[in-house]
Amino acid sequence: MNLWLIPIFPLLGFLANGLFGRRIPKALINTFAVGSVALSFAWVVKTLLGLGPIETKYVEHYYTWIQSGMLNIGVDFAVDHLTAIMLMIVTGVGTLIHIYAVGYMDNEGGYYRFFAYLNLFMFFMLVLVLAQNYLLLFVGWEGVGLCSYLLIGFYFSEQFATTAGNKAFIVNRIGDFGFSLAMFLIYRQFGTLDFSKVFDAAKGLRVEASIGILTTITLLLLVGATGKSAQIPLYVWLPDAMAGPTPVSALIHAATMVTAGVYMIARSATLFMKAPITMDTVAVIGLATAFFAATIGMTQMDIKKVYAYSTVSQLGYMFLGVGVGAFSAGIWHLMTHAFFKGLLFLGAGAVIHGLHGEQDLRQMGGLFKHMKITAITLFCASLAISGFPFTSGFFSKDAILVAAYEHAPWMYWVGVLTAGMTAFYVFRAWFMAFLGDYRGHAHPHESPLVMTGPLMILAVLSIFGGLINVPHILEPMFVEKAENQGLAWLSAGVGLLGILLAYVFYVAKRGLADSAAKSFGGLYTLVYNKYFVDEAYDAAVVEPLIEGSRTVLWRGVDAGLIDGTVNGVGRRSRGIGSILRLIQSGNIRSYAAWVVLGSIVLLLAIGFSGGLR
Amino acid sequence: MPSPAMLNVPVPLSWYLILSAILFALGVAGFIFRRNIITVFMSIELMLNAVNLSFVTFSYQFRQVDGHIYSFFVMVVAAAEAAVGLAIILTVFKNRSTLMIDEVSSMKY
Repeated sequence: MNLWLIPIFPLLGFLANGLFGRRIPKALINTFAVGSVALSFAWVVKTLLGLGPIETKYVEHYYTWIQSGMLNIGVDFAVDHLTAIMLMIVTGVGTLIHIYAVGYMDNEGGYYRFFAYLNLFMFFMLVLVLAQNYLLLFVGWEGVGLCSYLLIGFYFSEQFATTAGNKAFIVNRIGDFGFSLAMFLIYRQFGTLDFSKVFDAAKGLRVEASIGILTTITLLLLVGATGKSAQIPLYVWLPDAMAGPTPVSALIHAATMVTAGVYMIARSATLFMKAPITMDTVAVIGLATAFFAATIGMTQMDIKKVYAYSTVSQLGYMFLGVGVGAFSAGIWHLMTHAFFKGLLFLGAGAVIHGLHGEQDLRQMGGLFKHMKITAITLFCASLAISGFPFTSGFFSKDAILVAAYEHAPWMYWVGVLTAGMTAFYVFRAWFMAFLGDYRGHAHPHESPLVMTGPLMILAVLSIFGGLINVPHILEPMFVEKAENQGLAWLSAGVGLLGILLAYVFYVAKRGLADSAAKSFGGLYTLVYNKYFVDEAYDAAVVEPLIEGSRTVLWRGVDAGLIDGTVNGVGRRSRGIGSILRLIQSGNIRSYAAWVVLGSIVLLLAIGFSGGLR
Repeated sequence: MPSPAMLNVPVPLSWYLILSAILFALGVAGFIFRRNIITVFMSIELMLNAVNLSFVTFSYQFRQVDGHIYSFFVMVVAAAEAAVGLAIILTVFKNRSTLMIDEVSSMKY
């Protein structure tokens, strides 16, 4: 089936634009960038149609990458149901966002550079989902991290963008460290990194004998996932990642890359199922992240920040889903989230584009009459993320919540509360942006068709995407959970309540929001400043590290010990040399005298020691 | 007038070697203490020939031809050296109008 063609198209696009982008016209750059991803999408569709119902995992082996002793790592791509869904999401949403970016980036500098990075990202993301062993997955994992870094720091002349890029990269290093350790342990335990072999071996393990090692492995994998998927405690990089261009936020930091952690956990489901402690940890981390990020999202004034915290929160839902064993529900939410969150970001981008770079919700308002398509499509996305009945978010979120209820009822109630907050903050953003009177000073205008087109397609997907019954598709891989209609309607009702509250606060009784914020003074300040987590990390980790590096490592070890040793050796050599130099006078007669002296000493020595015999 | 009997007594080996040592020591002393390039040069020749003498002596003593061959080598090298050395000395004198070895030290360092 030539699976390798899927990632190779974007790679070729990257090479073409990266090498020649500076010299070729814009139309050609667009053709390479969008065309390569569209081709990749077409090939995914053709492959999946060709494979039909995938009874068993379809594997292609290309070549042996590393062969060393017991270690054998091949470049193998594989397609099963999970990969099929991921491929459709990545290439499908990726294509739409590429098309949108053509319009959005039209007036930006570094046009070809942007698309080169974006295509490179697509390549690595596809390697990540197609990989058939942990190391190849890790290649994609690191590659998307690199592209994320490059694209967050795309406006590299701005200090905040480069800082945000560094932050994303460094925070992810912590996660990747955990991931690497997990890989070492998997190799040590199973002697291979190949998915099929590892999972087959893990199935045969007895629980009592293997619970320790499997818990360790999965907890380390979880560390990697929390880094990539922005979960507590490593979520801090994602809100800052909004410094990148908005299509990047949509593609990398909402729809695809940040879901890699969820994908990886679902992929390793066999291991996680054998480690109940880890599963509980995943669920609790997911739930806590969902809740706290939602509270922060309610107070933010930057439209992209609202959606960024929303992404963190929704990723928390996915973690909750996979943590309570509802892997298919987690992947379902991953897919619908790709639709509606991609749309939210693209819509936010259209608003920002139409307002010439304004991101502050306080400077918006009344935009509905200026940009109707954007407003309506964003409304659809907001409905979907709020879990409005029969939109895509309704199905996927409730699949997670029902599964959570069966696991532990309190998780369900916190999840429902979070769903209410979710509805509140997205509609707060929508009402503040589109209703009321315009408060800014720019001249708002609707975006061109190249941008609104993808918005409309994604809006349709956001509303009707829930009809794609992911748990049914994934049934051969993961056990489907029972449904519970009553619980589903309850959470949808709480979502509606959230929308209503947002309407009251921000449309019906303007000013109520401010007075409420005042009456909760201390709490509001705490949440508005994101619980001072960044400051706490700065004080607890970053500052001590910098200070330690400066005093101990730089002044102490580097300047003191290493430089001191090297300089000391040099000084001592010079000292000895300055004495030895006196012998080498350049005077031939003194040399001759030394030779004579030496000969005499030698002869005397021989004589005293009793001759040569 | 020595008696014929005395003439038949071979000169002891050590005499040759002592002569060689004295000549060598003279050569060394000349090389180290004299300032005139030509004298230094002649001292080198003297050392070479002192060594030649011990070669030949040992060759005679051990009834082996090696020492002779070595001394021929040394003579050839000495002849070549003399040709080159004298040419250098002539050139130095032409350029500097001096033969004092300490005054020809511009290539030091």
